[in-house]
Amino acid sequence: MMNILAMKRRRFLQGAALAAGGALLNTRLLFAGVGTGGDSRLIVVIMRGAVDGLAAVPPYGDPAYARLRGTLAIAAPGATDGALPLDTTFGLHPQFAFLHEAFGAGELAVFHAVATPYRDRSHFDGQDVLESGVPVPHASQTGWLNRALATQPRSGAGERGVALGSNVPLMMRGPAPVASWAPTKLAELDQDTLQRIADLYSHDPMLGQRLADAQSADAMAGGQAHDAMGGAGANRYAEVIRATAGFLANEAGPRVAVFDTTGWDTHANGGGARGQLGVRFGALDTALRTLKTQLGSTWRSTAVLAVTEFGRTAAVNGTGGSDHGTGTAALLLGGAVRGGRVICDWPGLSAANLYQQRDVAPTLDIRALLKGTLVEHMGVGPGALDAVFPDSGRVKPLRDLFRA
Amino acid sequence: MRDATAAAIATNRFGLGARPGEIAACAADPRGWLEAQLRGNPPVISDSGLQSSAAMIATIDKVRADNRQAKAGAAAANAVVKLGAIYRPAYIGEVTARLRQAAITERPFLERITQFWSNHFAVSVDKAVVLGVAGSYEREAIRPNVLGSFAQLLLAVERHPAMLMYLDNFRSVGPDSMLAGRTEERTGKTLGINENLAREIMELHTLGVNGGYTQADVTAFAKVITGWSIGAAGKGIVRGGEPGEFFFRANIHEPGPQTIMGKRYGQQGHAQGEAVLLDLARSPATAQHIATQLARHFVADDPPPQSVNRLARVFSNSGGDLASVYRALIAEDTVWSQPLSKFKTPNDYVISAWRALAMPIDAARNVPPLFANLGQRVWSPNSPAGWPDRSVDWDGASALMQRLRWADEIGQRFGSSIDGAQLAPQVLGATLSANTRQALSRAASAAQAVTLLMAAPEFMRR
Repeated sequence: MMNILAMKRRRFLQGAALAAGGALLNTRLLFAGVGTGGDSRLIVVIMRGAVDGLAAVPPYGDPAYARLRGTLAIAAPGATDGALPLDTTFGLHPQFAFLHEAFGAGELAVFHAVATPYRDRSHFDGQDVLESGVPVPHASQTGWLNRALATQPRSGAGERGVALGSNVPLMMRGPAPVASWAPTKLAELDQDTLQRIADLYSHDPMLGQRLADAQSADAMAGGQAHDAMGGAGANRYAEVIRATAGFLANEAGPRVAVFDTTGWDTHANGGGARGQLGVRFGALDTALRTLKTQLGSTWRSTAVLAVTEFGRTAAVNGTGGSDHGTGTAALLLGGAVRGGRVICDWPGLSAANLYQQRDVAPTLDIRALLKGTLVEHMGVGPGALDAVFPDSGRVKPLRDLFRA
Repeated sequence: MRDATAAAIATNRFGLGARPGEIAACAADPRGWLEAQLRGNPPVISDSGLQSSAAMIATIDKVRADNRQAKAGAAAANAVVKLGAIYRPAYIGEVTARLRQAAITERPFLERITQFWSNHFAVSVDKAVVLGVAGSYEREAIRPNVLGSFAQLLLAVERHPAMLMYLDNFRSVGPDSMLAGRTEERTGKTLGINENLAREIMELHTLGVNGGYTQADVTAFAKVITGWSIGAAGKGIVRGGEPGEFFFRANIHEPGPQTIMGKRYGQQGHAQGEAVLLDLARSPATAQHIATQLARHFVADDPPPQSVNRLARVFSNSGGDLASVYRALIAEDTVWSQPLSKFKTPNDYVISAWRALAMPIDAARNVPPLFANLGQRVWSPNSPAGWPDRSVDWDGASALMQRLRWADEIGQRFGSSIDGAQLAPQVLGATLSANTRQALSRAASAAQAVTLLMAAPEFMRR
């Protein structure tokens, strides 16, 4: 599988490393049904705010790493709060216990020095490019994942999909119908009132469609829209994970979910092993462990893709954090994944090798990973990729990312 | 101008949603009604118990110091005060005061403008320390300055401790500053800049992301505003100044001239940053960016370019006089030709329901969850860009269902004392459709009528 990357430069690592961690406030999830791709399930975790790839997947073996990172450096494996080893160069952040187990079990592939084609440093433009799949910010009102779904025939007469989360992020907007679903603490309306509201919306196609989508989502969720955990923060995240697993494990349910996390923009006091970023990595790790447990046998056919808009400066900044950068890590997890590998063409952190003398130089276009996942895992025809990722002809899909 | 549709637009799109009687009161001259709200000083929120940012930050500094002492003390029983126990009541008090003001104000256009700027210059309580000062930030930096010049508003915002904390500038250190040199000598530790605030000022607050600046400009600007910090009584590099107030720390300021977007700034100290901000405020890119944001908020998700250009011209020609820009907005014919062009945010929805139904403000602790349950916890956007301002960002199926559940709850609580069918024309005016009117008249109960009124398509939009 490793001929996928242009590997003549530096070296190609096989082993491990990990991708972007996740956080938990303001989570949103959304689903869409896919026609083909068999039983495959895909969950995309969007990590908004630019995850520090050098914290998530510390290249502890890079000779420049410890000095550049200062207080943010993660120690080598074996030291107190040291990295969880993947190979002789890379480790995982010490809060990623579950991910480390998954790596050992061959269910986690780690990508490093990854970037979208966007080369400036605005979160909002960067997220737009990550989600739209178009190289230019704000050039598309639809997202790559939705366009990919739209290339596939609908399966059966059921709802195309349902969104967990109040609103639909750009990645999932587009021609393929998707809905949204989120936990609530408010009581359900009675059928009579709902029917009258539906009548009120009979002259309003947009609201009529939204109401129908919400009702079908509630039906699919078995009327379990209630946030039993009753809290914000971690509890709410757990509830969304539980619901995600419920939807994806349902034979007649959706096949694709998008999951939003925030809190990654660590300009100050990011902390090394135990700082605020570590707490968020830990929460993501716990959530993913719960997801695996709750998916049960469906885990075998599941892939979780964790991606962020760009990385952060290689050096610690003046306030114990890092500023907006370029290359970062990405993560592909799940029972369907051929994992246990770090897939990257590591550019190195010496001053001459940094992008614009400050960031991890990107050596892997994230669209190669996304394309590879769509083609191999979701059964999207290679011919459809040009429409899903316009202007990306030279970016070839990564191969052999999944178990046969 | 007597125009029934214009009265509904004035109260619901420019205002915060009509209170009963408001549409009738402004129907004779809706534009005049809006312009009148721009005269006189902005109102002051003076609910009892609200604290200044400076007082809050000073309290927090003291509690932190006490906590350190308690932890260092021998007695294990020394009480450590949790900071959240100080932040949370302040936040609840501020959110309640803000809703009360929005619910009863007779200058709702001005209040919407205030909330617009508060969101344009967003801070977020996602950062814990902001929880204690988000409300006072709005009262201190935004509210008094919404009728002055853009430059005045910008300077107030970028000097405010809440912004300096939220975007990390308060302890960004010039690499060649006195303190950095001394620290390096003594401890070998390297101090440096944090470019977060400088970048977001350029990208979000003024020029816009395509405003013509480069990474080098961001870095130079970050150096310029090193030293823009907050006074503190404590120890360490942040000592000095009035606790909790803006404080320029000369010893962490990067000395020497900087070049930004081709212009050299040779001023000393704090004046250097002010000079850059004043130039940013005057930039044509800023005029275009602000005009676009305002037009998106008041005209339509994708406002006509001619409208944006006219607003930008007024912005530039008036030297950034905000009242002139608001008047130009009111003068745009296109805003009066398309009723209900904007989908309400959850914040809009809650406030407009409060005004329409004249509901009492609940016990303070109940207010913040109203907004959070509908997906827009007050002052908590995910990023410094603030909350998004397009329909597609708010009109998801689940979000709609949450509104309907809440509408049902409100109907059941207040329906018995309200006649929804009779209230509807008072709050929706000429936008009330025959379809909705009929549904209300046929409602199965008074409670259901109120729910249906709040569910109506014309109540979901503004």
